[in-house]
Amino acid sequence: MADPILKVEDLTKSFGGVVATDQFFFDIHQGEIHAIIGPNGAGKTTLLAQVSGMLKPDSGRILFDGQDITGLSAAERSHLGLARSFQITSVFRHFSALQNVALAIQAHQGHSFRFWKPAAKDSSLTEPAMEILSDLGLADRANILADNLSHGEKRQLEVAMALATDPKLLLLDEPTAGMGAEDSARIREFLGGLKGRHSMLLIEHDMDTVFSLADRVTVLVYGRGIATGTPEEVRGNAEVRAAYLGEDDAAHA
Amino acid sequence: MELTRLKSWLLAIGFVVLVAVPPLVTALDETFYITLISRVMIFAIAALSLDIILGFGGMISFGHAAYLGLGSYAVGILAFHEITNGWLQLFVAIGGSAVVAFIIGAICLRTSGIYFIMITLAMTQLLFFIGISLETYGGDDGLPTDRSEFAAFIDLGNEWILFYLILGFLVLCMYISWRLINSRFGMVIRGCHENEARMQAIGFPTYRYKLLAFVISGSMCGIAGFLLANLTEFVTPEFMHWFRSGEIMIMVLVGGMGTLFGPVVGAFAFLLFEEIISGFTENWPVIFGPLLVLLVLFAKQGVWGLLPKSKAGDG
Repeated sequence: MADPILKVEDLTKSFGGVVATDQFFFDIHQGEIHAIIGPNGAGKTTLLAQVSGMLKPDSGRILFDGQDITGLSAAERSHLGLARSFQITSVFRHFSALQNVALAIQAHQGHSFRFWKPAAKDSSLTEPAMEILSDLGLADRANILADNLSHGEKRQLEVAMALATDPKLLLLDEPTAGMGAEDSARIREFLGGLKGRHSMLLIEHDMDTVFSLADRVTVLVYGRGIATGTPEEVRGNAEVRAAYLGEDDAAHA
Repeated sequence: MELTRLKSWLLAIGFVVLVAVPPLVTALDETFYITLISRVMIFAIAALSLDIILGFGGMISFGHAAYLGLGSYAVGILAFHEITNGWLQLFVAIGGSAVVAFIIGAICLRTSGIYFIMITLAMTQLLFFIGISLETYGGDDGLPTDRSEFAAFIDLGNEWILFYLILGFLVLCMYISWRLINSRFGMVIRGCHENEARMQAIGFPTYRYKLLAFVISGSMCGIAGFLLANLTEFVTPEFMHWFRSGEIMIMVLVGGMGTLFGPVVGAFAFLLFEEIISGFTENWPVIFGPLLVLLVLFAKQGVWGLLPKSKAGDG
């Protein structure tokens, strides 16, 4: 079997006395969608921040496509093919939707020490950006300022920007956070369509999304992985039910 | 960013008016205004250069007067050693400012927020005190200097020619900034202002871009310093005083941060206001202060920002 696209070994990160990631082992196979679920405060976003290079782990290793990337910056990881979307929408609010995506494309077209030609009229940026927006159903919103997009559209733009860097692995932090059922379904369908082309690490609260998309699910509780398996296996796992799903059911009851 | 038709017209009219200033005021026998407007245009270049990093890059440099001082000392010190060639002086003014901006930027850009503001301020105060301690070059008292010498047809001894040279540099700096802000490089520094973490996540090593923007901005302000020394025929550490940095920043705020041409308008508004009101009272800041507060409260994008925007949202 080929090397996993991502391999996390013995990762630990603590903030003061709080251990956010605790000797965590984890991997994602090529082409796989691997979801991480867990209660609030389990350390999901902290884990993602370490994989994407925004936080340095205290110890442990992160291997991407066989290469140790633990010491690399976020920008360097992006160039290797790691892309992240953010849980809290993090688009460029004063740029148009098209400019947002074009900037992500620009980041991967060599250096940007180009001072003269207007970027807005550069078809090598705007054409592929437009294509990605179309894929996500945002084509007619291309020239709207990101700030003026609806919440659902901003979430879609998040994913569009991550995709624009042509990643091998997509790190998606709650892509459907705060979305209505209809928008969630559209994102779910879109991500399903990407299956096979991109490997994905999916952090998600919405169980419909997790169970319909994920090949494997890892359950994170207090920074530790307590179970990994297919959605069915995880659903049937007693420890998981106690720690997470049961609690969730109880909350809904 | 695009300009609305209104703004394009205003810029064109402003240019025509400026071109007409020397003959007009000479006809009215008020040649003092040639010097005044020359000074305003020099500060317009300084404010424009600051806006590149402040308004677009989000780097709140509270030490921009450093490059005003460096540019002027390039003229003063070289002239002191009888090197009066204008091209060489200009080259040293720009190059010297670039080198110092690189050093200051490389250090300051390791920090952000309030630390960045304070450390840029501290660096410039350091240069200010170096200027004071340069006894050979007049120290505290400053250094009288001759105007730069260009080829025969650009005789800076002529106030008209100096005026048009400054106007030429202003237009050139505006055009360069315009191209810069809209280029790929410009998009990167604007993106860093908006959301630097996201810029890194999509693959930009942001530090080097911000540093270069800092250097470009400093070099452009060095041009303003070069012109200022020529206008005043005098260089002094006062050009680098933090008070001066504050004034340049106020011009940017008055005109409109991140509006590119706003700071040019701001320099005119600030210095002409000072000129007019100080004719009535030497306590003119008492009047200007509250006005500035009102402007910041009710027109965050300054005077220029009050004008309608283009559809793309800026400009």
